Amino acid sequence: MRNSKPVLLVEDDSIDAMTVRRAFRELKVVNPLKHTINGEEALAYLQDEANDKPCVILLDLNMPKMNGTEFLRIAKADPALRKIPVVVLTTSSEERDVVDSFRLSVAGYIIKPVDYKNFVEAVRTIDVYWTLSELPVERTEDADALCQAHTAG
Amino acid sequence: MPCAKPILLVEDDPVDALEIRRALGDSHAAEVVIHASSAEEALAYLRCPADVRPALILLDLKLPGTDGFAFLKAIKADACLNDIPVVAMTGSRAVRDILASFDLGVAGYMVKSPDHSRLVEITRTIENYWNLNRLPTALAR
Repeated sequence: MRNSKPVLLVEDDSIDAMTVRRAFRELKVVNPLKHTINGEEALAYLQDEANDKPCVILLDLNMPKMNGTEFLRIAKADPALRKIPVVVLTTSSEERDVVDSFRLSVAGYIIKPVDYKNFVEAVRTIDVYWTLSELPVERTEDADALCQAHTAG
Repeated sequence: MPCAKPILLVEDDPVDALEIRRALGDSHAAEVVIHASSAEEALAYLRCPADVRPALILLDLKLPGTDGFAFLKAIKADACLNDIPVVAMTGSRAVRDILASFDLGVAGYMVKSPDHSRLVEITRTIENYWNLNRLPTALAR
């Protein structure tokens, strides 16, 4: 990804989570992968000031307790969280899920490839895209200085 | 894009528009690109029932009249249009523009380059990524 902030994976299936972790390692993605197992846990992670905010969230939809769509409704209504791009990574190809997710401003909707090689390719494509795309970095002194330099220029 | 759905390019600068169209053509020859040179023109296109719905919108931010941010607000407030992903394609790398765009729900923020090969790399990356995506079909609405 463009910066070295963590990627937050929200995934209840331990095999899928392991596959994402393996793909990150294989592709030498430097971003630490933080793993939460449902929407509720993901929100708790995001709302804890002690945790570094992720640069990108990879979100499964079908999860117990709080599913992906419910998570999106809450996260996208929260001014402190809604800027973080969320990429849905799911087995659901239901049109309802696709439309609901995009209406909630997801930055991608990818069906999990069954085959490991294709899974790695999907993670590579996600990484390349989010390395090229700018990412929202909340204001720090550096960001402010950069912003002022741009305004001056 | 799946089913060779069109891309709507919202770009007021004719040179930039030509360069982006060329880059899209070089990275994916079959692509259909609809060009709107203002946000007003883009909204009129999107709201005309006879027009083909784009799979993706590439949006310049600095536009005469309605700017890119106001366009994004209008799209996101429109229940018929708010499931179309919008990718910012702009000359601005200003932090406040990046933050404002993501706050309004862009699905990517690409900084334009005057260099053709760099621009081809950008459009190819956009296409590879969105080809992998499942996008809403017009039928589901």
